[in-house]
Amino acid sequence: MELGLSHYLAVSAALFTIGVVGIFVNRKNIIVILMAIELILLSVNLNLVAFSVFNGSIVGQVFAMLVLTVAAAEAAVGLAILVVYFRNRGDISVENVDLMKG
Amino acid sequence: MALIAFYLIAAVTLVSALMVIMARNPVHSVLWLILAFFSSAGLLVLIGAEFLAMLLVVVYVGAVAVLFLFVVMMLDVDFVALRQGTLRYWPFAMLVGVIFAAEIVLASVMGVKSRPEAFNAAPGASTNAEAIGQVMYTDYILLFQLAGIILLVAMIGAIVLTLRHHPAVKRQNIARQTSRRRGDAYELKDPKPGQGI
Repeated sequence: MELGLSHYLAVSAALFTIGVVGIFVNRKNIIVILMAIELILLSVNLNLVAFSVFNGSIVGQVFAMLVLTVAAAEAAVGLAILVVYFRNRGDISVENVDLMKG
Repeated sequence: MALIAFYLIAAVTLVSALMVIMARNPVHSVLWLILAFFSSAGLLVLIGAEFLAMLLVVVYVGAVAVLFLFVVMMLDVDFVALRQGTLRYWPFAMLVGVIFAAEIVLASVMGVKSRPEAFNAAPGASTNAEAIGQVMYTDYILLFQLAGIILLVAMIGAIVLTLRHHPAVKRQNIARQTSRRRGDAYELKDPKPGQGI
């Protein structure tokens, strides 16, 4: 059996599922939630590159690079928000985020 | 041979991804995250997408993971208390996970009819990086610049969010400094001899 597209899709699907489960499990720790989001974006990137390579079209890899950019920007802004949140509240629990009473 | 390497690296990737969400200490989580990114870069190398693999290492391991580590270590959080009561979310999380996995498997089984086995990471060029460069700076130049703008906005946003003006710190006010005239700075007195001012 050759190394095929379906192998990569399987790994990517598992990675995505782990990321989603991580968001639901770590209800108290925003940092781990951000890391789970990074995992999800990584699985998306893996999918894009796998499709690009196995279909012989380079565009998918260009798009994967844009996803990478957005992931880095998201990490920076998310962690900045986290730092401000920690300054205001003194902890990083997500369970009772009702500062705005929304 | 490539298949064995694939299974090994994929196993490392998935195990380290699991450890990211299960580790008790967030510092360990970040270290597992680095391993997950690194091994998925290995997965990309296996199918010839070297440029994206190196980018993954540089951007994620070099920048994002270090940023995470920095924040985790900077925040003085009682992480033991954070883990309390995590157990009761597991059933719900597993339910959501199973549903997601089932949907993805269903979609990929039904959606991918033809499965091309041969891979070509550099169509129309000799190397992968060359193939990307040929389209990125020509056909997709606007997207490329949009990515730059996104990074700029994120940088400004992060600075604006975290910048804090402390009232005790004296800062240089350049406008005030340059608009100062000679008359504002001193005044001439003419003390009489033997008197003082």
